[in-house]
Amino acid sequence: MTFQAEWLQGTLLATSLAFTLTGSALADSAVPPNTKSAEFKVTDFLLDNGMEVVVIPDHRAPIVTHMVWYKIGSADEPPGKSGIAHFFEHLMFKATTHHAAGEFDRAVSDIGGSNNAFTSYDYTAFHETVAPSALEQMMGFEADRMRNLILTDDVIKTERDVILEERRSRIDNNPQAVLDEEVDATLWQNQPYRIPVIGWMQEMEQLNRIDATAFYDKYYRPNNAVLIVAGDVEPAMVKALAEKTYGKVARGPNLPPRIRPVEPEQNTKRTVTLSDARVSVPSFSTQWVVPSYHTAKPGEAEALDLLAEILGGGNRSRLYQALVVQQGIASSAGAYFQGTMLDDTNFTVYGAPRGDAKLADVEAAVDAEVARIASGGVTADELEKAKDRYVRSMVFARDKQDSMAEIYGSTLATGGNVQDVQQWPDRIRKVTADEIKAVAARYLVLACSTTGYLLPQQQAGN
Amino acid sequence: MMNSMHMREAVKAGDLLPLADKERPRVGAALATLFLSILFLVLPALAARAMDIQQVTSPKGITAWLVEDYSVPIVAVRFVFDGGSTQDPVGKEGLANLMTGLFDEGAGPLDSEAFQIRLDDAGAEMSFEETRDGVYGSMRMLAEQRDEAFDLLRLAVNEPRFDQAPIDRIRAQILSGIIATENDPDTVAQHKWARAIYGDHPYSRSDQGSRQSIAAITQDDLKTLHKAVFARGGLHVAVVGAIDAETLKKKLDMVFGDLPQKQALTPVADVEPKLAQRLEVNYDLPQTSLQLAWPGVKRKSADFFPAVLMNEILGGGTFTSRLYQEVREKRGLAYGVNSSLVNQDHADALIVTTGTRSDRVAETLGIVRDVARQLAEDGPTEAELAATKKYLIGAYAISNLDSSSSIAATLVELQLDDLGIDYMQRRAGYINAVTLDQVKAAAKKLLTAEPTIMVVGPPLAGAGKG
Repeated sequence: MTFQAEWLQGTLLATSLAFTLTGSALADSAVPPNTKSAEFKVTDFLLDNGMEVVVIPDHRAPIVTHMVWYKIGSADEPPGKSGIAHFFEHLMFKATTHHAAGEFDRAVSDIGGSNNAFTSYDYTAFHETVAPSALEQMMGFEADRMRNLILTDDVIKTERDVILEERRSRIDNNPQAVLDEEVDATLWQNQPYRIPVIGWMQEMEQLNRIDATAFYDKYYRPNNAVLIVAGDVEPAMVKALAEKTYGKVARGPNLPPRIRPVEPEQNTKRTVTLSDARVSVPSFSTQWVVPSYHTAKPGEAEALDLLAEILGGGNRSRLYQALVVQQGIASSAGAYFQGTMLDDTNFTVYGAPRGDAKLADVEAAVDAEVARIASGGVTADELEKAKDRYVRSMVFARDKQDSMAEIYGSTLATGGNVQDVQQWPDRIRKVTADEIKAVAARYLVLACSTTGYLLPQQQAGN
Repeated sequence: MMNSMHMREAVKAGDLLPLADKERPRVGAALATLFLSILFLVLPALAARAMDIQQVTSPKGITAWLVEDYSVPIVAVRFVFDGGSTQDPVGKEGLANLMTGLFDEGAGPLDSEAFQIRLDDAGAEMSFEETRDGVYGSMRMLAEQRDEAFDLLRLAVNEPRFDQAPIDRIRAQILSGIIATENDPDTVAQHKWARAIYGDHPYSRSDQGSRQSIAAITQDDLKTLHKAVFARGGLHVAVVGAIDAETLKKKLDMVFGDLPQKQALTPVADVEPKLAQRLEVNYDLPQTSLQLAWPGVKRKSADFFPAVLMNEILGGGTFTSRLYQEVREKRGLAYGVNSSLVNQDHADALIVTTGTRSDRVAETLGIVRDVARQLAEDGPTEAELAATKKYLIGAYAISNLDSSSSIAATLVELQLDDLGIDYMQRRAGYINAVTLDQVKAAAKKLLTAEPTIMVVGPPLAGAGKG
């Protein structure tokens, strides 16, 4: 897709196994035998100040991906301060006591590198991709901005305007995004995942220097950070450089465990409807609260991953085959599960009609497939093929250095460890058909779900 | 996977993707095309580890570029045939796009169902897509199941069935996508933009087609287009991964060796984008999008590298560009602002996109135009040019060689542009040779023109809510 026009990329979904959703990676065991494959060995260690370090060697190209993950995301924000985690991520690109604003960006572009950052519910990550010779310099910059930012009211005000424009472009200009935001706020009755990562507009408008400083001092500490280095490096060198740079940053106070409000029992079926003149084809999605890799009992999250794959992971899935191919009533239908989360997460099914079919018929057909898998389970053949797809997707993931870094980073930032990542393929292999049927029956209960409808202006809701 | 290209899924991408801090905004579909690798292409400073690209020619005369690498047990294949959606007959717009949706829907002895099961069992991923100027195929396979995967690719390339049931199904999905965006102001705007910029040139037509045009497409149309495009004369291939040259030669003959020699393409004229227009699509949106077009520069032109450096300085891929600094960093007017040199086979343009709160449109547009005017009048500084050269030279490996698939894609583009197998070694020299005066001349030449400007949002007159 490298040379695809950007607008087209935007319409492309991840392949049947979206890696970002599975907290998975390749262990040696998943490498097919009889292939001449370089050894793939991940090293992890702690610095004296509590910073975790993971090194993933990949010597194919003279490139290194350097990422700092902070175990702080939007779900950790204080009440009334939604958007501060993401806002702070932006502020991390401003001046420090050692470097003028823009100096870090210039240093990266001067060597032809790329850099960026992102914020999610459970983590905030900063990353640079550079030649290995620049690794120490990158570490120096990251270690510096971990503690030495200079935040002024002017800087805050201008950058706050930027995030407000970001919200307008991502959410407010887009009816689907507006609906999704309010579906989340309805599905989650207590857990902070109900609040959008980017924040509610009226709270974003009020974020200020005092909020930012308090947030910085509490969370931007080496003992709350994970360093991931993937690429053309050796662990010993990474360790020496990390000690020289990050190792000099003082450990912060111990942070309390990340215990957030949890979801009460869900007892109702809720619907959220948005009609908009820009919509000409209706669509729906139904979501349930389910455990994540971090909150699930052993094997449950793996079973949910395979359930999502078999039910609606790609064009061989039940939903696609039944609704799009056989019945011919849908233009799209599928399911997904976001396993890599600190708290309970969501399982989603979705669909949109085609031709003369009605949205209600598509929804009924999706519900019927969900009911069928919950009562009848999956076949041995479906299960084997889904497992094969997962295992091969991990081989493909190894081909992209930054995907490997993201798999480890997101897992470690959501309560997992290196072993969890490495043993994941074996755990997937162990899942039985009965376990998949059990999680479907236990969690995918329509009476306790939230459905969002995106409808054309003139169409009444269901 | 392939079909997803033709649909607007109800998937909550916002939930799947963390908020990246500094995303580049979309470039309008009308002008969007291959963002030539060249925007970033250069040799890594560490040429010591330069990639070993072999040119492999099979007994039947099929040539491919190969990077042999065994560190991950996979093989990535990328190829292109000249002639994309510009080849759609008038009244049958959307034909090439529909065709690319059908290669995994039945081939040779296998119907749609059988083909997809075989592909899944082979552990391979296959996708086809079209641009205005080309039809691209990609395949990613596990080394140990290489034979099955190549065999399925052979069937798809040589013997796609175009059975009526999959035609109707994929057509219905595309139709849903067309209908779904009929009232979407961004889509409406991009159609308007394309017509205004390109007049009646094929580039002005929708590659998805319209309700009427896709309804008119028959199985014969698909077979005719396949035959016209899938010929050895217009083919470029690149392969990366766990395969040696001798094995690859056999595969090349098997997959491409029996195709006809010559393509039968409808010639496409070159076109100059029509500038100095003001386009408005009025819709009461919280944020107004702005898109501007200036003249571009041909890939083969002597001005190409000076223009690439100039575009980077104006609003290219870094956070240090002038537009990024003036529009976003200093004033907080926008989240995304960038400029791209868009090179297509028959048209070139420099496109700037951004978006801002409706009451700040005039200010933002003023800043964008001032930045362009100033660059046209004074050119960049020596320091800016030196830094940008370093960026472009270093960015190559990171932007274009970060996976087997992206390496294969890069090698195909190099072949399309006829740049030579040793181009990567020469590229830094081309960039370093550019002088400040050349960049100044490129800025003057491109940015003194009156741009076409499109505004999508509430009416500008009498500001405030429309």
